[in-house]
Amino acid sequence: MRLLTGVAAWLLGGGLILLARLLTAPRAIWQGIEPVPRQRVYYANHTSNADLILIWSVLPPRLRRATRPVAGSDYWLKSRLRAFVGHEVVRAVMVERRPEHRGDEDPIALILDALDEGSSLIIFPEGKRNMTDAPALPFKSGIYNISRARPAVDLVPVWIENLNRVMPKGHVIPVPLLCTVSFGAPIRVEEGEEIGPFLARAADAMVALRPNGGSKP
Amino acid sequence: MTEPTLPFAWEITAIGGLLVLATVIARLLRQRLSPSGENATIENLNARIMAWWAISALVALFSLGGDAGVVTLFGICAFAALREFMTLTAKRTADHWAIAASFFVVLPVQFLLVGLGWYGLYTVFIPVYAFLLLPILSALQGDRTDFLERVAETQWALMICVFCMSHVPALLTLNIPGGEDRMILLLAFLVIVVQSTDVLQYSWSKLIGRRKIAPTLSRTKTWQGMIGGIASATLLGAALYWITPFAPWQAALLACLAATVGFFGTLVMTAIKRDRGVKDWGPMFAGQGGFIDRLDSVLFAAPVFFHVVRFFFHTP
Repeated sequence: MRLLTGVAAWLLGGGLILLARLLTAPRAIWQGIEPVPRQRVYYANHTSNADLILIWSVLPPRLRRATRPVAGSDYWLKSRLRAFVGHEVVRAVMVERRPEHRGDEDPIALILDALDEGSSLIIFPEGKRNMTDAPALPFKSGIYNISRARPAVDLVPVWIENLNRVMPKGHVIPVPLLCTVSFGAPIRVEEGEEIGPFLARAADAMVALRPNGGSKP
Repeated sequence: MTEPTLPFAWEITAIGGLLVLATVIARLLRQRLSPSGENATIENLNARIMAWWAISALVALFSLGGDAGVVTLFGICAFAALREFMTLTAKRTADHWAIAASFFVVLPVQFLLVGLGWYGLYTVFIPVYAFLLLPILSALQGDRTDFLERVAETQWALMICVFCMSHVPALLTLNIPGGEDRMILLLAFLVIVVQSTDVLQYSWSKLIGRRKIAPTLSRTKTWQGMIGGIASATLLGAALYWITPFAPWQAALLACLAATVGFFGTLVMTAIKRDRGVKDWGPMFAGQGGFIDRLDSVLFAAPVFFHVVRFFFHTP
């Protein structure tokens, strides 16, 4: 049974990556950082439910195997297929986004556990999909707390360009458009840096990765 | 439908020979003038020739599947080109259905019609039916911002990437006395002549180029380069008459026509890129842009070449 699940997860993962490649021919741009196997927290803008798959598909396989996304359980556990993708394919760290549903569970503790096991992480610090015209929503405090608790781990800003147009909100059929995923120079919380300035700095580092300075071609 | 026969094996060998010759010349130039990659022109020439090898290999591979294989190959190219074009143009969520229909309905139907040889329908399917249907899909979304611009952009994307692209394999459906089972060589003739024009006009421009044609669009295109490029492509076409069903003077005239249209096609596509502030249509080939960058001249030349050949040589 375990083997069967593994094979199914492997096939589905390969299928999702293939689909992402056929539709978006995604290109990874590494600027100020190299795709080398080091423990990192990749933090990215969130415009589409497929963001995670796209980042996943451009990471070199070695890095991909060591990288787990942090995902909202309210979304990812909604259907059996999503739960299978979340648990078995991308091996997500499932956290509860709504404080009133959390009970004793501490999301930061779960995330730190995953880091202590040696995994790299992908997180979306805006907390939800950005449907506004602003380049990014205000960041949640998570990445600050993570970096304070594990100061040796690099935070890597990631900008996903164009994916929101591939499958806009309310549409189920994706259209093929070229997408890029830009990885930028890593940041960490500086000695004595307050949460507000840090989150602003982190958001700036991410938004600065937009191609053409963000002007729509 | 042609079976993978080899009656024109020696023509293929000769075309392969041309490629080998081009490769050897480009490598020698690189050795003498750009040993460590410092001359961008020579590097670009080498990269282009590598792309031609890839294109030739793909066409050869897909032509093993007969006409259907070649039509499929150009259908895939159309998909990749349309993806590049739509990335640069489509702007609003309201166009989502129109874009989806372009990719998943219009494109496959057009290539299916070409594969079936249904001339009467594939010449009007996009410019009449798709052009009327798609704006309806966009209008139903009720978003009037830049409406005409959005509609026109989608239509042009289809025109260039699907309609024009489909006229390359459409050559296979023509029936020309003396060309029965070797229409694939006519396709090769078109591609070789038009692609060579690009390189030849560039070389002539570098050698004797004086007056720029449109300095705000292209720093390299000159009147001297254009005339030299088209003239030498015409000679090349005449020299290649033996792979076509045509007499040398006919091959020369057709080559001249294809080279001229192809040259101005590149200029038009450059204007679109400049307007959008991009250097290339896409990142598909390292250092030399996307599918449209490599094929723009062929795309413009294909429908014109097709219709002229059909008008003068086709027998029903």
